[in-house]
Amino acid sequence: MRSCGKEAKRSNMGILEGQGVSKFFGGLAAIANVDFHVDQGEIVGLIGPNGAGKTTLFNLISGTFPLSSGEIGFKGRRLNGLKPHQICRMGIARTFQETKVFGNMPVIQNVLVGAFFGMPTHVSGAAATREATQALEFVGLSAMGAAPINDLTLANQKRVEVARALATKPELLLLDELMAGLNAAEVSEAMELVTKIRDKGITIVMVEHVMKAIMGISSRVMVLHHGEKIAEGTCNEISCNRTVIDIYLGEETHAGS
Amino acid sequence: MNITRLFTTHRKPLSVGFFILLIAFVLTFPLYGGIYPTSVLTTMLMYAILAVSWTMFSGATGYMSLAPAAFLGTGIYVMALLQNYLPFPVIMVIAGLISFALALLLGLVTLRLKGIYFTIFTFGLVVFIGNVVNYVEAKVIERHGWVFNAMDETTLLYIMFGLAVVTVLAAYFIGRSRLGLAMRSIGGNEEAAEHMGIDTTRIKVLTFAMSAVFMGAAGVVVAPSLSYSNPGIAFSVVYSFVPIVAAVFGGMGNLQGPIVGGLLFGYLEKTLRATWLNYYNLGFGIIMVVVILFLPSGIVGLVPMLRDKLGGMIAKLRKGGEAEQHGNT
Repeated sequence: MRSCGKEAKRSNMGILEGQGVSKFFGGLAAIANVDFHVDQGEIVGLIGPNGAGKTTLFNLISGTFPLSSGEIGFKGRRLNGLKPHQICRMGIARTFQETKVFGNMPVIQNVLVGAFFGMPTHVSGAAATREATQALEFVGLSAMGAAPINDLTLANQKRVEVARALATKPELLLLDELMAGLNAAEVSEAMELVTKIRDKGITIVMVEHVMKAIMGISSRVMVLHHGEKIAEGTCNEISCNRTVIDIYLGEETHAGS
Repeated sequence: MNITRLFTTHRKPLSVGFFILLIAFVLTFPLYGGIYPTSVLTTMLMYAILAVSWTMFSGATGYMSLAPAAFLGTGIYVMALLQNYLPFPVIMVIAGLISFALALLLGLVTLRLKGIYFTIFTFGLVVFIGNVVNYVEAKVIERHGWVFNAMDETTLLYIMFGLAVVTVLAAYFIGRSRLGLAMRSIGGNEEAAEHMGIDTTRIKVLTFAMSAVFMGAAGVVVAPSLSYSNPGIAFSVVYSFVPIVAAVFGGMGNLQGPIVGGLLFGYLEKTLRATWLNYYNLGFGIIMVVVILFLPSGIVGLVPMLRDKLGGMIAKLRKGGEAEQHGNT
């Protein structure tokens, strides 16, 4: 049972398209025959219970491992068979559920890596430094550039991951549980940051368990369960969807609460 | 003016001074050192080269290679085969290139392995190459070892020193370049590095091969002072273990660490092992355990550690004094 009227606004160009995307680990279908599309300039929320396949879908898009079947296209180009570094250079950047920072470097160098290597063309040292400094400033951490990354709080390490991703100048940003483990104040700051990134013209897909964040800022929500897409639609449609309530949200949860 | 301040504010001139003293010492050493001590110094420099080039790759990427002996042995064999046909510098270049090619080949096969699997494979490789060469010598060409033409120890020292300088400079500039940043990001988190646009396989294979160049060239220079070599000597696992221990002992965070460690363990290797074999090996193990447990950043890491401790103590004393004064007023 699909949700009501998801075709409401599809006037924009689709930046990311997936058709029949599947991934099997042994006999287990982590992702089974999922179709999806993301339009330019959207914030799409990806939700579902633990083990639903959300991170796996991110891993498929970013090339961590190959698809078992199906096809993913980015701006009309097939991503199948490309390596993670090639996909990054095409303009898809990501963060990680468990932060994967470069623990052996200070904050600014973490971001510099993105600035140096994330572009399809050769970047000069000066340009990379400028890009990294700007990205760090954008996430509000310019004061911490010289600090060892491991001295930062989880919330700030996640911001560094965002800055590092932004330094690759992406068109599409995949945020994997940016808000997990953050306190209420940090969550609102993170929401503000995500909106600010979208306003820069970067399309966002975010995996999130914090419903307040999802319902607050995404323009559309996709729900995965057992590797299948069980619903898709606007925040209101999703929060009223019977299947989604039964499987994931629970009776008491409503949008914004 | 206290000593801790001196270390923090004049760090660069101090390390430059350290290197100038080292250079002057090595260059003048043959004048008063004698022939045997000169060859000891050459060996020490060889271990410093091995430790620095090992750190260049393994220290940055976190891929612990046990292959140095394979490349050093390659150098020794290139020298054995070519010593009568080509000038010395040309042999060095050829040995460097062959080691580069060998490492490229090995890297393509092994660098998809992670962690301990890579380490074990590189170790197996040293044993494997040694055995293959041994087999070929014994069964195919029926020859038992190689004798090297004698060369002047002073000349060898200067050549080894020149190679050491080139190795250190290369390690320095590679470390500061974007290649160095890419290597460190692989060491920091390889998966994240891939997703930041780094072709990790290419970087690993390339830098692994680059570090092998210096090891191969060092093999050529050390060969004449060996007088005689066979596969057991040329591909001895000691050449793999000592540089690693030296680098870990010295500290891999900077260039001074592997240089100091390499020189020190080269000295111990050459002087103590011959007379105190069992005790030496025992001591070797104990030192390693102690360093890994208590000095994760190596013996060079002691300097800033002591500086911080001393500085902290001094600051505390001063504060205490001030507080007392405030209390009195």
